[in-house]
Order: sequence, then C-alpha cells, then structure tokens
Amino acid sequence: MNATAESIRLNFTPTLQYVLRIGDTCLIHAQRLAEWCGHGPALEEDIALTNMALDLLGQARALLAHAAQLEGQGFDEDQLAFLRDEREYFNLTLVELPMRRSSAHSPGGDFADTVLRNFLLASWLKALWTQLSASTDSELAGIAGKAVKEARYHQQHAGDWVVRLGDGTAESAGRMRTALERAAPYTAECFLRDGIDSAAQASGLGPARDSLQAVWTSEVNAVLARAQLSWPGATPFVSTGTLGCHSEHMGFILAEMQSLQRQHPGGRW
Amino acid sequence: MYTQAMDTAPKEERQAVRSTEEAQQEARFEKRIDQGQFIEAKDWMPEHYRKTLVRQISQHAHSEIVGMLPEGNWVTRAPTLKRKTILLAKIQDEAGHGLYLYAAAETLGTSRDQMLHALHSGKAKYSSIFNYPTLSWADMGVIGWLVDGAAIMNQVPLTRCSYAPYARAMVRICREESFHQRQGFDALLVMMQTGTDAQRAMVQESVNRWWWPSLMMFGPPDGESTHSAQSARWGIKRISNDDLRQKFVDATVAQAKVLGVTVPDPLLQWNESRGHHDFGPIDWDEFWRVVGGHGPCNKERLAARVKAWEDGAWVRDAAMAHAAKERERELASELASELAMEPAA
Amino acid sequence: MSESATAQTEWPLWEVFVRAKAGLDHKHCGSLHAADAKMAIQLAREVYTRRQEGTSLWVVRSSDITASDPADKDMYFDPMADKVYRHPTFYVLPAAVDHM
Repeated sequence: MNATAESIRLNFTPTLQYVLRIGDTCLIHAQRLAEWCGHGPALEEDIALTNMALDLLGQARALLAHAAQLEGQGFDEDQLAFLRDEREYFNLTLVELPMRRSSAHSPGGDFADTVLRNFLLASWLKALWTQLSASTDSELAGIAGKAVKEARYHQQHAGDWVVRLGDGTAESAGRMRTALERAAPYTAECFLRDGIDSAAQASGLGPARDSLQAVWTSEVNAVLARAQLSWPGATPFVSTGTLGCHSEHMGFILAEMQSLQRQHPGGRW
Repeated sequence: MYTQAMDTAPKEERQAVRSTEEAQQEARFEKRIDQGQFIEAKDWMPEHYRKTLVRQISQHAHSEIVGMLPEGNWVTRAPTLKRKTILLAKIQDEAGHGLYLYAAAETLGTSRDQMLHALHSGKAKYSSIFNYPTLSWADMGVIGWLVDGAAIMNQVPLTRCSYAPYARAMVRICREESFHQRQGFDALLVMMQTGTDAQRAMVQESVNRWWWPSLMMFGPPDGESTHSAQSARWGIKRISNDDLRQKFVDATVAQAKVLGVTVPDPLLQWNESRGHHDFGPIDWDEFWRVVGGHGPCNKERLAARVKAWEDGAWVRDAAMAHAAKERERELASELASELAMEPAA
Repeated sequence: MSESATAQTEWPLWEVFVRAKAGLDHKHCGSLHAADAKMAIQLAREVYTRRQEGTSLWVVRSSDITASDPADKDMYFDPMADKVYRHPTFYVLPAAVDHM
C-alpha cells in the first residue's frame, strides 16, 4: 500500500476538458466561498454566503460526476475533485484569487473582492447555463436548467452588494475600486475562444466563451453604473487556468483541499 | 448545558424590598408558571426572570456562533464532496440557531449588538466545549455524535421552557438538530466499519480526547450549581445536570458499542442495582480552568469572533449608509413628483 | 465602540412571515437584522426557507408592528368568550341538515 494516494491521470478529449472547465470553476469558487463560513460580517450574510457555496458545490458535484462518466476509466466525483495534479484542473484563474484569507506570500482579499467575484462569476455562469440548457448532452442540459436559477439569485444578491458597497461609504467605495482593479484583468479569460470552445459550439455541446461576452458586459455595466463604479482600463493580461496553468494560489488551495485523500489512500469516508 | 454559564456564575443578591403591588404581580406570575402557562414578550415578569433569561438565551446563542469555529476549521479539508456539503450545511444551521436565539433574547429588551459586545469583551460566556481544538477529521464525526448528542439532551426539555419565544426557537432548533447527530455518527460508522486501520485509529484517538469534555458540557454537579433551584422554579431548567449527564452516558455507551470504539474510562460499568452505568470521576479542575478562560482555544475562539466582527464593520456601515442614501433619493423624487403635480401658481 | 455609536449603525430588526404553500396564510416565523427591505427579503429567504418551507415572504420592520397591550388582555379578549353564538357548534340542527 502506498504511503500517500497518487494522482489519477485522465484521458482527455475536448468534450471532457470543456466540462471540466466549468466543473472546476464551480469547485474552486465553492472552496474559496467556504472560507467565509463562521467569519462573515453579519450572521445573516454568513448564512447567505454558505448557501452560495453549497449551490456551487452542488453544481461542481453534478459536473464532475458527469465528467467522470464521460472520461470512461471508472473514476468518481471525489477522485476527480481530490486526486488530479494541478495541471489537470481547468478552472478560470479568477476563482483562485484570495477572498478572505491571505496565502503565504500575498495579501488577502476582503468582502469587496468576494461580492465582486460572486457577481462577475454569477453573471458569467448565468449566461453559460442559459445556453447550456439547450446542450445536445442531455445530462449537461439538465444540470444547466437547475443551475441557472441558482445563478440568477446569486447575481441578484451579489449585484445588490456591489451597489451597496460601491455607493455606500468612502471606505467601501475605495475597497470596491481596489477589488475591481484586482479582478478585472482575470476576466479576459472568461471570453476567450480556443479549439475546445469551437468544438463544443460545433457539436452543440455548449457555447463558446466569447458568445457570452455581450450579455455579460451589458449586465455588469448596468450594476457598476448603479454602484458608481467604472471598469478599469483594459490590459493585455490573459490568465491561463483553463489551460491547466494556474496562479500561485492554486497550489495552496489544492494542498489543503486534497490533504486527507492524499494521506489516506483507500480511505472510506 | 446552556445553563452551564448560569451554574458557574456567582450568586446574585435578589432585591429584598418590593412594593405590595410588585409582590402581588410576582405571585400572579408564579401561579401562571405553576399552571404551565407560557410567558410572552410583553407580559409582566420579575426583573430577575428577565435577566436570567437574557443571560441564558444570549449565552446559548453565543455557544452556537462560537461552535461554528471548531468545525469551520475542517471545511476546506473535508475528504469528499459529500462530507464537505454536509459539514457546510451543519455549520450553517448553527449560525441559524444562533440567529433564532439572539432574536428570542431581543424580545426581552436587549439588542443583537449589545449581546455581541458582551461576548467580544469577554463578559458573556459560551459553552466550554468549544474551547477544545479540532485536530483530526474524525473530530467532525465525534463532535456530531457526542457534542450534538449532549446538546440535543439539553434542548428537548427547553422546548417546554416557560418563556415562549425561547421555547419556540428551541422547537425550530430541535427540528434541525437531529440531522447533526446522525451525520456525525454516520461518518464515524463508515470509518470504523469500512475504513483503513489508520482511519479507525484516528476515530479512537478522537474519542479519547472528546469524551471527558463532553461529560463536562452538562455543567458542575448539582450540589455546586448556583442557579439551578431558581431556574427550575421558573420552568427554565427542567432536568438537573447530573440527571442529564447520566442519561447521556447510558445512551452513548450503547452507541459506542455499535461503533466499536472504546470509551476512555476504565471505571465505566453497568450497575444493575442502579439501572445505570457507573462512570469515573470528572476532572473538575480542568472544567474550571476552561470555563475560567484558560482552555486550549479560549483566546483563539474569541479572537476569531472579534476579528470577524471588526473586519466586517466597514461592510455593515456601508450597508447602512447606502440605505440612508436610497431613502433620501426616494424622498427627493416623491417631493419632485408632488411639486410637478401642483397646478401652476 | 461605544454603545450609543453601535445603536446608530446597528442594522434594524425585521419580522419575517412565510407562506408555506399556495392556499395558506403567511405565518410569523422569526426575525432578523438587515440594512434595508431588499436585503431583508433576501436574507429571510436564506435564513428561513432553506428546507423548502416557503413560497412567499413578507418582511416588516419590527418598529412598524403595533401590538395589543397584554395588560388589556381581559378587556380585549374575554368579552369574546361568552359570545358563543358566533361558533357553529352552538347551533344544534336536525341530523338531516347538520353537515352545514
């Protein structure tokens, strides 16, 4: 018996990678959101953030279970979630950025980062789920049909917070502007189109990322306007999490998340 | 258990001098209690009854909130997606329970912020069990099994507490609580029955650490509980510490057998003539140390709560500032439309 | 923070009413703190309907609720006790029409 559980190696297809991009994004976002449990600015909001984390976790589980099935080696949702190498996760880098705690080498995030991230991501997921409800993959369409309702609520709840904080006190407005500066560069990745996107669109599996941009931009701009905030100037920066090449935060996230599964090969939970 | 703080508080001097009218009102009040009637928020009540309840309910609420922290410690390390989901839902319930209890206490004339201020300044207590560290994943199962198990024993009688808002909150809490103990026991059963040797050792090691602190949750022995008599009189506390503790031991020993874990008490054994399990002496020095603020995690738990509160101040302030701005805008636009409707002078 | 300062920045208290399903009344189920009505509705959904307890929510600022005075309980409610003619069981009808 090995002292630690080794990584699983997946057989990749464009379809699998497309599904993992969404599933891993939900998984890592849920992981970050869960950090707030017990530390929220108000008890009621603590409960709200945890609800959001639970919704995202549910979406991740459904997608990872489906991905495992598509992959065909007989893995389950937990093996996919806990036993891949960092290079084989395909989430948006955006969701790796700190939300509450700082990692060993970088400053932490705060509630402004959190509500902004929730809003930007929920808006993206809502656009995605809406189109995915028409997927030729009926399992994916089913997952999307349920998830779009959750994304609508998250977008409303987080969007209201963006407005509250953007148009609140001088301090909250300042923090929202900082949060925007931190997050904006990582949104370019949300709307790239590569071979995997094109294949998905061609087969009817799901939309290419760039087709989500128009709706997303108009909804985000509407909320930012009410929040008295403006989008920072564009930069050439593009993040690469969807290619398996992550930020330095990802290593710490995975080390924590995977620790028990790695420590107890063959464990039953 | 939530009367633990009451049991360890110093005895207070009751107001000896009362007007005749107050004495009559108190007699009527006692009669209502004797008849098993519920007391609602705006009913007349002795000041001491009101104070006792504010203290007990708010400290019960604090226990729920602080109780989120030892389990919150393991959320990001949960070993499967299902266990992560279950743990998040459980901790979230605890936040909700704290919320229902703060709401019940607020009906007695205090405010959420005042109660939190008492907690953060160290004046108010919370159940001492949450001052112990969670050092392995097995602790999540053991906390569900033992700590929530003990909590349920305390909570069910409280659903018949004379003060109705507290009783109603307890009914809601009990409905949600049963899943808490079951999920913990289930997690342990899976590890003990189908897990690896290392997992089984982890579970036993966890039980070894949590058993005695769980027994201490029921508070000091009846003889040393300062407020029990009055609390019992007023239908706030219906079963004694020692009786609850005995009930807990008897129920839990059977459950331990199902799990296949050993209770770390060499003196534990069935007493045929009593019809109960005898058990070994509790280290009351440890209990008083932890209650007094010198347990393994007292400082960390309080610091975490204070930090969350202080870090959140700008958020709460911003929400209030925005609400005020919205109200002003509404008023301005109402005024503008009124003026627009007036006929030209 | 001083007590008076917290009083100004404390989120107000709201009472929450939930309709469990179509056809039933809204029932009071508890309270919560929120900065404004929109937040109160969302938080009521988070706190009080996680177990599918509701199809509709009302929130009311606690300060907007007017309650009867318990001291007037006798005056307000006892006179209702002897007006039993308002209750259907007061009327004894022949068995043939008693299903009314």
